[in-house]
Amino acid sequence: MSLRDGPLGDIKPPLAWMAGVALIIALGAALAVFVGDRRGTARGQALVTTRRAADAVVGPVGGVLSAPIGWVRQGVDAGKDYVFAGTQNRALKRQLIEAGAWKDEAVALRNENARLRALLGVKTDPPIPMVFARTVIDARGPFANTRLADAGAQRGVTEGNPVMSERGLVGRVTGVGPRVSRIMLLTDAGSRTPVIVGANGRAILTGDGGANPSLAYLRTHDVLHAGDRVLTSGDGGVLPRGLPVGSAVMGLDGVWRVALDSDASPIDFVHILLFRDFSQLVAPGALAPAALPSTSTGAPDVDASPGPATSSRAPAPAPAAAGAGSRR
Amino acid sequence: MTGAPGRAPRPIRSMAATIILCVVASLVFALPLRIAGLQLPEPVFVLVPAFAWAAIRPSILPPFALLALGVFLDLLWGAPLGLWPLCLMAAYGFTFSMRPSLSGQSFIALWAWYAAACTVAFVTGMVLTSILTGAVPSLIGVALQWLVSAALFPLANRLMERQTEADLRFR
Repeated sequence: MSLRDGPLGDIKPPLAWMAGVALIIALGAALAVFVGDRRGTARGQALVTTRRAADAVVGPVGGVLSAPIGWVRQGVDAGKDYVFAGTQNRALKRQLIEAGAWKDEAVALRNENARLRALLGVKTDPPIPMVFARTVIDARGPFANTRLADAGAQRGVTEGNPVMSERGLVGRVTGVGPRVSRIMLLTDAGSRTPVIVGANGRAILTGDGGANPSLAYLRTHDVLHAGDRVLTSGDGGVLPRGLPVGSAVMGLDGVWRVALDSDASPIDFVHILLFRDFSQLVAPGALAPAALPSTSTGAPDVDASPGPATSSRAPAPAPAAAGAGSRR
Repeated sequence: MTGAPGRAPRPIRSMAATIILCVVASLVFALPLRIAGLQLPEPVFVLVPAFAWAAIRPSILPPFALLALGVFLDLLWGAPLGLWPLCLMAAYGFTFSMRPSLSGQSFIALWAWYAAACTVAFVTGMVLTSILTGAVPSLIGVALQWLVSAALFPLANRLMERQTEADLRFR
């Protein structure tokens, strides 16, 4: 006997009243989920697990759905190459001639750079290992700018790893599954990245869901100009120093913003740098206290040594600073 | 989807079909696809049933269906969990409270009400994001997504028409 045929079948609560109660209960549940979740922290382990499980499902689905897009793009590119082969050939020949002149200058600069490094005893950074990944899901809304990449913990990706496109920094990894990882883009409303602006300025690159994140807490001794380069500063040790981010532009709202380098091309393919912290950039032996040369009070060249300010900032950031210089 | 003539409609089946369509559409529009160098827009398809269900057939199930769809959007887009459920609840609650005013309205007037429901959802999202991040989301970004979401009203209207037809057959 169904419920409707029984004595309870005569009870007819007001539909609107029940719908209202259901709305309030669902609202309470949504609020509980919202309060329970904190992005980027270890709280709410159940929700983190849920998010990882969802990424693990959505990643392969997105990969399958986006595969035809890749095929079509490859086909279009092949067609363009065929049609415009002559034009491209002429352009490449012209670029090759121009690059020849630059090559001589680059070799001279490299030799000079090597001599100066040897003179100063600067140790260059070892290359940071990286993995290559394809993004399969792309969220572009104002409240979340993230991507899902098809490389995860199985390939060594961990939370916090910086993500680069062929042109510049894209964001960092905020969630990792076995085969996929969630990338928070620099434009996400929750993204904060310490950067160097121009020659000596410092700022926090603050995403807001728009295309051009703003430069918050900007402090610089020099006047900022549109087009000044913006690089990661490495402050806080989350990102390596000197990764290209973009160039400064003045926004319509009168706030300094950044035109991201990574916007110049599609970021369907990304490099995830397997960077943990600065200790990765130097050999552990280099961090051990070295025997200092004995001081001599009667040294005749005491005035020729670097000043206190220079010598005081030399030890700790030297490897990172060298890395920034070499990348420039 | 509405069943054969003479048979009772199946609201749950209709609701399930709507949910599946929203999930698939959201998934497709989240693919990293560029056409002529431009990215696809990212409309919030789930606002369509949030408005239609509240306007035509408010009952016990729709709020929970919207809760599930909102969590799905958060997981798909990497937003803070609970953000989109609250936005959808706000739009649903607004439409539900304005339901007496919606009956008998013209297509354009209903579109305006739908746009108002979208506005409620996006303002909720802006407030919650501001609380979470300490920064106001880009108004241009919000306006663009609001625009492409509000443009989906013909789908909401079609859904309401189907529900109305099914109710008439049921009677």
